[in-house]
Amino acid sequence: MPFVRTLRTAALVTAVATLASTAAFAQKKYDTGATDTEIKIGNIMPYSGPASAYGVIGKTEEAYFKMINDKGGINGRKIVYVTYDDGYSPPKAVEQVRKLVESDEVLAVFNPLGTPSNSAIQKYLNAKKIPQLFVATGATKWNDPKNFPWTMGWQPSYQSEAQIYAKWLMKEKPDAKVAILYQNDDFGKDYLKGTKDGFGAKASSTIIMEESYEVSEPSIDGHIVKIKAANPDVLLIYTTPKFGAQTIKKTAELGWKPLQIITNVSASVGSVMKPAGFEASQNVLSAAYAKDGADPRWADDAGMKKWVEFLDKYMPGADKTDSSIVYGYGAAQTLVKALEQCGDDLTRANLMKQAASLKDFTPDTLLPGVKINTGPSDFAPISQLQMQRFKGEKWEQFGDILSGDVAPE
Amino acid sequence: MSAVEDVVTEAPAVEAVPKRAMTLGTGTSVVVLLLLLVVPVFAKNFVIFQLTQLLYLGLAVLALNILTGGSGQFSLGQSAFYGIGAYITAVMMEQFNIPYFLCLPVAGVLCFGVGFLFGQPALRLSGVYLALATFALATAMPQLLKLNFLEPWTGGVQGLVVTKPDAPFGLKMSQDMWLYYFTLVVVLAIYVFSVNLLRSRSGRAFMAIRDNEIAASAMGVNVALYKTLAFGVSAGITGVAGGLSAIAVQFVAPDSFTITLAIQLFLGMVVGGVGWLPGSIVGAAFIIFVPNIAEGISKGLSGAVFGVLLFLVIYLVPHGARQVAILGQQFAGRLRKN
Amino acid sequence: MELFTNQVLAGIATGAIYACMALAVVMIYQAIDHLNFAQGEMAMFATFISWQLMQWGVPYWGAFAITLVLAFVGGIAIERILFKPLAKAPVLTNVAGFIALFAIINSSAGLIWDFTIKQYPTPFGSSPFLGSQLISTHQAGMIGVTLLMLVGLYFFFQYTRIGLAMRAAASVPESARLVGINTSWMIALGWGMASAIGAIAGMLIAPVVFLEPNMMGGVLIYGFAAAVLGGLTSPLGAVVGGFLMGIFENLAGTYIPGVGNELKLPIALALIISVLVVKPAGLFGRHIVKRV
Repeated sequence: MPFVRTLRTAALVTAVATLASTAAFAQKKYDTGATDTEIKIGNIMPYSGPASAYGVIGKTEEAYFKMINDKGGINGRKIVYVTYDDGYSPPKAVEQVRKLVESDEVLAVFNPLGTPSNSAIQKYLNAKKIPQLFVATGATKWNDPKNFPWTMGWQPSYQSEAQIYAKWLMKEKPDAKVAILYQNDDFGKDYLKGTKDGFGAKASSTIIMEESYEVSEPSIDGHIVKIKAANPDVLLIYTTPKFGAQTIKKTAELGWKPLQIITNVSASVGSVMKPAGFEASQNVLSAAYAKDGADPRWADDAGMKKWVEFLDKYMPGADKTDSSIVYGYGAAQTLVKALEQCGDDLTRANLMKQAASLKDFTPDTLLPGVKINTGPSDFAPISQLQMQRFKGEKWEQFGDILSGDVAPE
Repeated sequence: MSAVEDVVTEAPAVEAVPKRAMTLGTGTSVVVLLLLLVVPVFAKNFVIFQLTQLLYLGLAVLALNILTGGSGQFSLGQSAFYGIGAYITAVMMEQFNIPYFLCLPVAGVLCFGVGFLFGQPALRLSGVYLALATFALATAMPQLLKLNFLEPWTGGVQGLVVTKPDAPFGLKMSQDMWLYYFTLVVVLAIYVFSVNLLRSRSGRAFMAIRDNEIAASAMGVNVALYKTLAFGVSAGITGVAGGLSAIAVQFVAPDSFTITLAIQLFLGMVVGGVGWLPGSIVGAAFIIFVPNIAEGISKGLSGAVFGVLLFLVIYLVPHGARQVAILGQQFAGRLRKN
Repeated sequence: MELFTNQVLAGIATGAIYACMALAVVMIYQAIDHLNFAQGEMAMFATFISWQLMQWGVPYWGAFAITLVLAFVGGIAIERILFKPLAKAPVLTNVAGFIALFAIINSSAGLIWDFTIKQYPTPFGSSPFLGSQLISTHQAGMIGVTLLMLVGLYFFFQYTRIGLAMRAAASVPESARLVGINTSWMIALGWGMASAIGAIAGMLIAPVVFLEPNMMGGVLIYGFAAAVLGGLTSPLGAVVGGFLMGIFENLAGTYIPGVGNELKLPIALALIISVLVVKPAGLFGRHIVKRV
């Protein structure tokens, strides 16, 4: 029966072909830092110095990887997480990253914090072709795959967030006079630029005041008094948490009630709105992409339940109102996802490729509807935000999920 | 409160270190030099980078040592001169494409000028008042570097990326190694210059002012001139160190030159021994490596561990590495006698 | 004009913070003849202790009193344990010790209470004071307490035996020892008092700037500057210096066009330096004549 024979041959050929392709897939490929048993990931964080408040992000990530390892690791491999202190100083960041790469021999540098530190190490890591993955800063320049194919951001960029505020204001309050209070550094100036870009041609007529302050100032009351004298209708608060709380508190003390919009960085219920006073914080606006650990609304949320479980077991005693813990958890989960997608091909090139092919990925801590999407020309994993208003003791989201990708210049 | 006039004999704030005791003997110098020449050949690139750091930070500590140990003036503002030097080098290299070896002398000369000028008002201040004035300079510097109208050159808050130079003449060595030897040559040249400066007429004038300003002026030392000169020289050397750091780190930003850096340099001087020039390198080693050790012991408490280690050092050797060297010398002398 | 008055009033309110800290700076300077860089951190730590006591249910004034005692004893303990062994070491070595102490306290506070900001209560309330919204009752209370401490210190140094002995021990230790003053314990006492005053300053400042381990970093710079401006030997000078600093900083930020706002701290410091060039001992400081 020739026909049957042919069929059988065909089946055999197919089987062989399948086998061959599986074999090719199963062939393990490693770069420095990855083996059959472990994956070495490096990180730098400001555990000391002026930005030490963010150190908890590193600690959260360390705890998260420990949890993953306890559950059997990633495709059978344990994550070895090496994290060093850079004290928020660019020269120290360079030293520590070189140590990670040349002495500890890590596969990738994950979630290094701060625009100055990341700017300092970007060129070095790209020259060495080592992933600088999911950096912990919202500058726009990390989404630049053409010039820096080894660097990728994570959170929404500061500029896109500021543009969302500007566009919202143009629509809802077209005649508003706007004053901006910003921190005089890369972070504040990115927001300033985003706002101006968002207002476009209307920027000069809408923005009546741009007031900057230095991080070293103990209290910014003088700035608020000055802004109030200009009598704007809208106050954009582009500050770090401490100064955000001071601003909300001081405007209330002055009996002044402009429409206040506060940056997502300082929208934490626990570390900004509560210290500033819930009464003073009513109707303040902001935008968010992640859930707030202090918000009772998420008590029954499946994702946040996992988050709380994780905290109870791996970070007992941690302050659940600290938004940095939510942040570190989400970032670590994203890295784990990318590593899982790598399978047994743990080369640096493949890690970048997998990080750039995340499709509708939703870490436990992101707001419902916000998804992580990346592509070969899209190195901005999170680019969606939703406006929110402070009511009672929590944030209430409203309106659509907004996308505000900003292409780097 | 009544304005009482107090008359006091003020103990000098800085110890009187005789000029011979400020340097190393010939034998020791040769050994150290050989080590500095040979070690990089066998080291990894990362270690070479750390050694380069050691050299240029050592140079910055040395500059402070000339000012404090030499002329008795105290400064918490060295980070400002360091930052100016780094920025001048970075801006010239990146915005004007001037080769790095030409940028460093320019940085040195300009910083000398800034230091000399700053020394003028600082003349009337001493002790804590001078500390405050220099401290003011250090806190002002990052803010000055951020100014809008300088942004086309400095890159503003975003900083400036610097390209690392390749080894010249087709030499087969890594960028790191070339930079190490280049830094070594610069640092040695400045070290020799400093030693000779302190042994010269100017150096003796510095020390006379350090030990007793009033007596020095009575002896005909032009106190104003030499005090400002000491500031200028110190600032100039610090500027060169800053320039070298910009090349090695390949990046400058306002956040790189905060008061923390000035405090580190100060600690380096104390640990190395005030007034003992070779101690500068020991001090630099302390400020580079001890924080790393502290971090290795405890991440959450790295600051506290660093503080404890620092306390240990100043308890054991309140005069810094110089004390160790003196003890060593006495020990060697006793051995020889036996 | 309204802006001007507002900025002066806001400057006075902020100046009270600096004045408070400057008093503590003067206190330690009187006792040990140099500045203690860890003073702000000591104050911060004391404030955290009082906060912790309140979290455990101790009422405000109880926590206040307990903290004062603890700060006083703690200050003495730090001197006895850490700095007495360094008494013979060079001054600069002592300064390095202060920096070490700074690092230890800051890092420990971060580990114990972490770095998120905490709300700190005020006993004075924060409603507008005398109808002016620029100065709250808390800030008025803070100014009141500062002035009280000033008067207290004045009487202490001018009229009490122990205050006089302390001044003698700091300025002419040799002679003080000869007349039977225990100079070593005077220094310890000075540390204790400076620490207690710092604790009061910390507890008054915290409601305005919020409590966190780095809260005193900026305050200490301004406190030093204020104390130096007023004259390091004069409590009155420190308080006046604090208010001047607050007012001037606000005015510079408001009225100097262009760079005024970005550079208000450098401008304020430059002004202080120019004052020092004219009056090297500060506005109210004792002039010291040196002899060979």
